[in-house]
Amino acid sequence: MNPEISEALLKEVEMDDAFQPAQKGRKNQEAVYERGIWYNLLISLKENRLAIVCLILLCVIILASLLAPLSPHDPDAMNLRNKLAGPSSEHFWGTDDLGRDYFTRALYGGRVSLTVGIFSMLVSVVVGTLFGTISGYLGGTVDNLMMRAVDIFMSVPSFLLIIIINSFLSPSMITMVVIIGIFSWMGVARIVRAETMSLKEREFVLAARNMGAGNLEIMFRHIIPNMVPSIIVAASISIARAILTESSLSFLGFGVKLPMSSWGSMLQNAQSHIMDNPMLALYPGTLILLTVLSFNVLGDVLRNALEPKMVK
Amino acid sequence: MYCCKGEWDRTGKEGIQMSKLIEVRNLRVSYHTYAGEVRSVRGVDFSVEEGETLAIVGESGCGKTVTAKAVMGLIQSPGEVKQGSEILYGGKNMALQPEKEWEAYRGGECAMIFQDALAALNPTLTVGKQIAENLMIHKKAKKAEAMKKAEELLGKVGIPEPEKRIRQYPHEFSGGMRQRVMIAIALACSPKLLIADEPTTALDVTIQAQILELLKELQKETKVSIILITHDLGVVADMADHIAVMYFGKIIEYGRGRDIFYHSRHPYTWSLLNAVPRLDGDRKKTLVSIEGAPPDLLLPIEGCPFAERCPYCMNICTRREPPVFGFEEGHRVSCWLQHEKAEGSYPFETGGALCVEEA
Amino acid sequence: MCGRSINEEPVLQVSHLKKYFPMGKKQVLKAVDDVSFCIYKGKTLGLVGESGCGKTTCGRTCTGLYSRSGGEVLFKGQDVHKLRGKERKAFTKSVQTIFQDPYASLDPRMKVGEIISEGMRIHNMVEGKKEEQDRVQELLRQVGLQAEHANRYIHEFSGGQRQRIGIARALAIKPEFIVCDEPISALDVSIQAQIVNLLQKMQERLGLTYLFVAHDLSMVRHISDQVAVMYLGKIVELTSSDELYNHPVHPYTQALLSAIPIPDPDVESSRKRIVLKGDVPSPISPPAGCRFQGRCRFACDRCRQEEPPMRQVGTDHYVACHLVE
Repeated sequence: MNPEISEALLKEVEMDDAFQPAQKGRKNQEAVYERGIWYNLLISLKENRLAIVCLILLCVIILASLLAPLSPHDPDAMNLRNKLAGPSSEHFWGTDDLGRDYFTRALYGGRVSLTVGIFSMLVSVVVGTLFGTISGYLGGTVDNLMMRAVDIFMSVPSFLLIIIINSFLSPSMITMVVIIGIFSWMGVARIVRAETMSLKEREFVLAARNMGAGNLEIMFRHIIPNMVPSIIVAASISIARAILTESSLSFLGFGVKLPMSSWGSMLQNAQSHIMDNPMLALYPGTLILLTVLSFNVLGDVLRNALEPKMVK
Repeated sequence: MYCCKGEWDRTGKEGIQMSKLIEVRNLRVSYHTYAGEVRSVRGVDFSVEEGETLAIVGESGCGKTVTAKAVMGLIQSPGEVKQGSEILYGGKNMALQPEKEWEAYRGGECAMIFQDALAALNPTLTVGKQIAENLMIHKKAKKAEAMKKAEELLGKVGIPEPEKRIRQYPHEFSGGMRQRVMIAIALACSPKLLIADEPTTALDVTIQAQILELLKELQKETKVSIILITHDLGVVADMADHIAVMYFGKIIEYGRGRDIFYHSRHPYTWSLLNAVPRLDGDRKKTLVSIEGAPPDLLLPIEGCPFAERCPYCMNICTRREPPVFGFEEGHRVSCWLQHEKAEGSYPFETGGALCVEEA
Repeated sequence: MCGRSINEEPVLQVSHLKKYFPMGKKQVLKAVDDVSFCIYKGKTLGLVGESGCGKTTCGRTCTGLYSRSGGEVLFKGQDVHKLRGKERKAFTKSVQTIFQDPYASLDPRMKVGEIISEGMRIHNMVEGKKEEQDRVQELLRQVGLQAEHANRYIHEFSGGQRQRIGIARALAIKPEFIVCDEPISALDVSIQAQIVNLLQKMQERLGLTYLFVAHDLSMVRHISDQVAVMYLGKIVELTSSDELYNHPVHPYTQALLSAIPIPDPDVESSRKRIVLKGDVPSPISPPAGCRFQGRCRFACDRCRQEEPPMRQVGTDHYVACHLVE
């Protein structure tokens, strides 16, 4: 034993009140047994550099799109004398074939693409969650029938169908959202159904039923809140897919109609001028790529972080 | 100077000076997690004689399983056996040895059986192959020889029709049988030390009795030393020669079996003994419950870690960690109540500090 | 099995209860096979046995969580499995369960306060948030937790504390009868004592009736007034706690008692051990005759052919064994 420590101990021992019963007051800091799911998420996000980059990128793109009206240029203002110009101090990304400021058009295009992406994600997530929860929870014949419906929807060549429908309707943002949403809820439904089936056997659901809770109550208070992590993962991937779908449709000319334009329709326009100014295609194309990639990466990171870990 | 000698004279079962098979000194093990350094084991000293059983008793989180893993050399990153830890076996400090030495030691000299046999056994290999594997690695036996020995071993651990069963897979055995298979694998190379980590916790009580009988028989026959890790004091009563009670990563009381049961000197040990109702005791006797829970392993602790939950806590307990007080027959306790200045009536022996002077 | 001569109706009366699970290939898992007992108000019946004996299934069938395959369960005279709608809801208010796994039986996405008050909301027992909060805090205090714990999530608590939350949840709706389904098996020794003491305190204070399902015979003996020993779906011995330890009659009970370790070296070394041979057999397609024949040291031909009925061998002491004649 270190003599120094022994001396200090001796001093303590000699104190008058050393051996008196202690007043209860000292509280050890309560041990935290597990951290919550969001804390774990934050930690794994911090550790994954790529995820941070993607998150920042997305924030920048979304913010820029929101602030589009602040741009000094009107996206529809034509200036045929200045068409297909390269980047300059006045026009960051130059002008397109009608002399319109490309940067501003890209920002406004982003508004369309992102809006369609987010709202169709909402449609598919809501429909898919409700469908999957009811199907998984009730089971039996109802489940069978509902899953067959999912199978049918999934076997339909959705892209072609969307094109056909779009050629009959006059596509506005709302119709785009609804149509894309209708053909993308199936993946969410399947994931949600699988989780519901495993969740409904868990003991806390048993306990709720024991308490007298009805089916609706159990589904909305116990099952759906416990699926939020998976739903979020499905949602982020759904946004990515929706943006890609919208861009593809607009590129083919079946998406948003003029004067509204999205990144996809900018791409379509840029096609014919690809020899003169390839950047016209590169700008919107890169934006689509970065946005879709970021959503996918974040979705992946989220999935890894929210995966149930082995607990002792 | 108050302290306890590092070594002490211990007489073994027949009163003869026994030789130490393995000695652990100042073992410290930490796990590096993103939340901080979790100090699971904070300085543990014990030794096991040949042919003897040491029981390490404690609740979950006290560090007993980590201690066992350290003695087997199974601590991997993010875990770390800290510098200054000594695991003395066969004249060498195993803590400093390279992996090659550990491989010879593990399975050959020292074997371990686990709580969950289903998880510890390879589900894709037949039971015979798993036993034979152990023999082929350590004793360099040929396959045919090894399989024959495997059959013999299965018979020795009490599995009926061993010649049929060596070709079966672990999932075809019941819980108790699987535990016997694990014992057979562990004993294949006649190790000198067997570490049993909660071997019967997951078993029914009648099967538990069978497994404990088996372990006792095997110990009598092969003179293997056993380190038995458990939280069940009843299991320990019949088997252990020495008992180490762990709390918060340290051994807070250590002694012969009888001393711990009949002359315990630490409030925690005493509470453990009285928290469980005895089958032959008064049915109406209130159980002694220890309020609260052990403190967080991440945080540094001032004073005795049990102070907050101890009903006999004194001021000095919250300020300084108690030193180790030694008594006869190697009984040592880490508690301020053993200091001569501690007076008062307690349900267990205190105040009669028999301190050994520092040389 | 209710041979009591008091003018009192038992709170729970189980008669010839059966619960079978079909396993395909013409095999049937007879988890509970002709079980009868009754429990009176304010008393505790301990249901004890090893794995596969059917005690958990029995407990869950008694609360209506599982349907029955035969026999009946009467709660205060009403057939539990025939209740529908409003009556069923009223039943869930009177009968609660405390589950084994404190890590699985609480919803990880709900705050503690919400978990406890869920029952109160379902049964419309409180009006307004203030009353609900007050009651939650009162319950937390009763089970030994603090009022501020109501705003935390369950992952911030230890196993023992979670079990207390489970108890608070069960008590919130003021039940009369609680099935304790192995409430302490997953807990440390020193915490087990806390929970058992709490359960006993609540029973005294609120006049609760318990069905205590466990495999730890020492703990069951401590907390129960009556004990029923189960083996492979049947009750082999049913009597008071004192009688069970002092005069066990069935060979399985005797073996079970002798297998339980006692933390006392002198007593342990001088004990006569009855070590059963063989494994606990599977409840799928059990053998004809007495279920215990394979491991019984007194088994005779009659045991292999005929199933022994429950016979009374003393006041309130029933045994199912051919030897008792």
